[in-house]
Amino acid sequence: MLAFILRRAGQGLLVILAMVVIVFFGVNVVGDPVWILVSPDMTQDQIAEVSRSLGLDRPIWEQFFHFVGGILQGDLGRSFVHGTPAIRLILDRMPATIELALVALFLAVILGIPLGLFAGLKPDHPLSRGVMAVSILGFSLPTFWVGLMLIMVFAVMLGWLPATGRGDLGSFFGITTSLVTLDGWSHILMPAFNLALLKISLVIRLARAGTREVSLQDYIKFARAKGLSRSRIIGVHVLKNILIPIVTVLGLEFGSLVAFSVVTETIFAWPGMGKLLLEAIQRLDRPVIVAYVIIVVVLFVVINLIVDILYSLLDPRVRLSGAPA
Amino acid sequence: MAPSGRVGYNRLEENIMKLAMKRALLATCAVAYATFALAQDIRIGTSSEPTSMDPHFHNLTPNNQIMAHIFEPLISMDAKQTIRPGLAESWKVIDDTTWEFKLRAGVKFHDGSDFGVDDVIATWARAPEVPKSPSNFSAYIRGKTIEKVDDLTFRIKTAGPEPLMLNHLAQFGIISRKNKDMTTEDYNSGKAASGTGPFKFSEYVAGDRVVLTRNDTHWGGKPTWGKVTFKSIKSDPTRVAALLSGDVDVIENVPTADAQRIKKDARLTTASALSNRVIYFHLDRHRDTTPFIKGKDGADIKNPLYDLRVRQALSKALNRPAIVERVMEGEAEPASQFIPESYAGTSKNLKPTAYDLDGAKKLLAEAGLPNGFKITIHGPNGRYTNDAKILEAAGQMWARLGLDVSVEAIPAANFFSRASTGGAGGVPEFSLFLVGWSAGTGEPSDSVKALTTTFDRSKGTGSANRGRYSNPKVDELLLAAIRTVDNAKRNAMLAEATEIAMNDVAIIPIHYPLNTWAAKKEFTITPRSDEYTLATSFGRK
Repeated sequence: MLAFILRRAGQGLLVILAMVVIVFFGVNVVGDPVWILVSPDMTQDQIAEVSRSLGLDRPIWEQFFHFVGGILQGDLGRSFVHGTPAIRLILDRMPATIELALVALFLAVILGIPLGLFAGLKPDHPLSRGVMAVSILGFSLPTFWVGLMLIMVFAVMLGWLPATGRGDLGSFFGITTSLVTLDGWSHILMPAFNLALLKISLVIRLARAGTREVSLQDYIKFARAKGLSRSRIIGVHVLKNILIPIVTVLGLEFGSLVAFSVVTETIFAWPGMGKLLLEAIQRLDRPVIVAYVIIVVVLFVVINLIVDILYSLLDPRVRLSGAPA
Repeated sequence: MAPSGRVGYNRLEENIMKLAMKRALLATCAVAYATFALAQDIRIGTSSEPTSMDPHFHNLTPNNQIMAHIFEPLISMDAKQTIRPGLAESWKVIDDTTWEFKLRAGVKFHDGSDFGVDDVIATWARAPEVPKSPSNFSAYIRGKTIEKVDDLTFRIKTAGPEPLMLNHLAQFGIISRKNKDMTTEDYNSGKAASGTGPFKFSEYVAGDRVVLTRNDTHWGGKPTWGKVTFKSIKSDPTRVAALLSGDVDVIENVPTADAQRIKKDARLTTASALSNRVIYFHLDRHRDTTPFIKGKDGADIKNPLYDLRVRQALSKALNRPAIVERVMEGEAEPASQFIPESYAGTSKNLKPTAYDLDGAKKLLAEAGLPNGFKITIHGPNGRYTNDAKILEAAGQMWARLGLDVSVEAIPAANFFSRASTGGAGGVPEFSLFLVGWSAGTGEPSDSVKALTTTFDRSKGTGSANRGRYSNPKVDELLLAAIRTVDNAKRNAMLAEATEIAMNDVAIIPIHYPLNTWAAKKEFTITPRSDEYTLATSFGRK
């Protein structure tokens, strides 16, 4: 188990290194950030001064080694645009994004699994057909459009929910979150649903396919022959077995929920790290972009690890070992 | 060509809006419910967010407009950018290089300490030297030496005459001497956020909102608003929806696509001001063969933009009223020069070049290019209102002139880097390209200097002259103007320089955009030409 974790950590470091190199030089190809940063009415000398103070006047190789040197001392650099440490900018906004992703994941599970289970058990029921049709829409509608429609209907026309932003914050065991206030929930509901839509559809399809497959297995037939109640067969034997692929996929999807909530956060003006990333890219704020990538890679490595461990708990046939798979 | 996806999306949005109108009664009830807030509060939806709460860290409109509530400048500018006394109550010119200022007496900082000349001196020391600043205020401060006369009087000495002294002093806020050595982080956290302004710092949540509260003892009288919340809502449709749903009371930068509809909405009120920005084309005037212009057969040709007749033809072939009406949906005015004619220092003789396709074709033929040429025009995408669409429209108009036009709209991050130094040898890369320029000082001297004087690093002239236009007469007039203290004389020189540059088609001006604000109908709006959104511009009926 320990060997397994260490191996994963080592692989993660290699991925981080590769990503840092790609992103660092990639951003440099896009353009020289100084032209986005300076006020247009500055003179040539003043522009050169800014370039010097941010280290942008040096050759890109030198900038890179300077940056790597900083990382080794635990310093990921300061945002060009904000002047504050890049890592702190991101970590400050991370709770808002994690909160959004968790609620989205929660919605995906509590809506997706029951609906998928139902559709799998009664595939010909009109309701099942309806659920499957809606799940296709969930896959194919663009997020930004659905987000705007949600705002139009629930905020502008009905006035039930606020259109933008994060609600009042409360404290829960020392964690500051908007999930402990009513105002917070009224703000998070729409963006979380918007972010979850694709995942709900995904879970419905996975649960349905899994249910149909598992229902035909011998152990289900045996359980039925043995006279177990229907609720026990579905609630324990079917559910537990369809969960394996769902846990794997949701684990990975959680990473993507956190890392790529850019569109939803921009539409709903949600003050998370996705919105920060978008602005960092538009302003060529290289330290923030690179720090973001590092954080996301770490996040994926950790999530993958957790998924693998959960997987071994759900399916006793899976064993974790240090040897390559 | 307009991308059809965008058009379809607009139409859909429009239908939804119509539906919303039909249900106006229900919506009004909902809005009434959702907006239950204190009458003294105002919530403003902004299209951009500040990058810092340090008044001297980043010279950028989203920052400056919020900082102006907390930290006041010595000189203030009203909604039309006219000079007004700020923290400096009066001033006089002692001689060509010396100005004397008298500060307002009895002004206090938010922390209760007295305001005086020492605070101005502290600002002088800090503002040009903030570490890692992406664009600081040194341009307005360096070269101006400050001398204390008494606690409320000081003098500024300059090396040469500085007629724009007052405009420069209006650009940056004064901090307390106590906070001179505070870092940008201290300002972000609110620790050092003590100014003299009408509002006090209350809360800054990066990426989300800035909250200010009233300064009851402000020298200008008690401000209207008890609490001001700036919410940053970057997405255009969301910002409009936030206003419609009552999340915010006021929004800035009303998207042109929604402007007409919002104006007709009985629940809302709008106000616009012509901005100090011009959207224009810059032309390559520094390379004998320019990389994005070829003969129709693809062979290199001599840079046709050197020929005045070709430049005039390009300008005449642009149908400015059509761009204003169709692309900007009426939210702009055709442009004839660097800033709208209502400002000081502008030429009253210049009129927007009239659309004359036949005349343009004739000029092109006279220039020896009756069949036109192949050209790629460039512009940023998403930097200015509808920039990519304007570029497309211009491309179509020039195609009617007989040119083979390709249009390339590039993300701003990439565009400005290439437009400034992307060409071979670090020169500007493009041949004919769309840019915008706003005159923060409220007169054209910076515009003439940056865009149309000779590019010369040692003199600091032509810093944004990406076409490298050079005309000794313009240089001479501009350099003389910025040394002339007499307003009437200076403005006449600037107007003359503008006329020479425009008649020479140094740039092709297109339009001045309107800045539009929208609010719930119980609010009043005083629109500003400098694009600033200030809580003090709004009132309650």
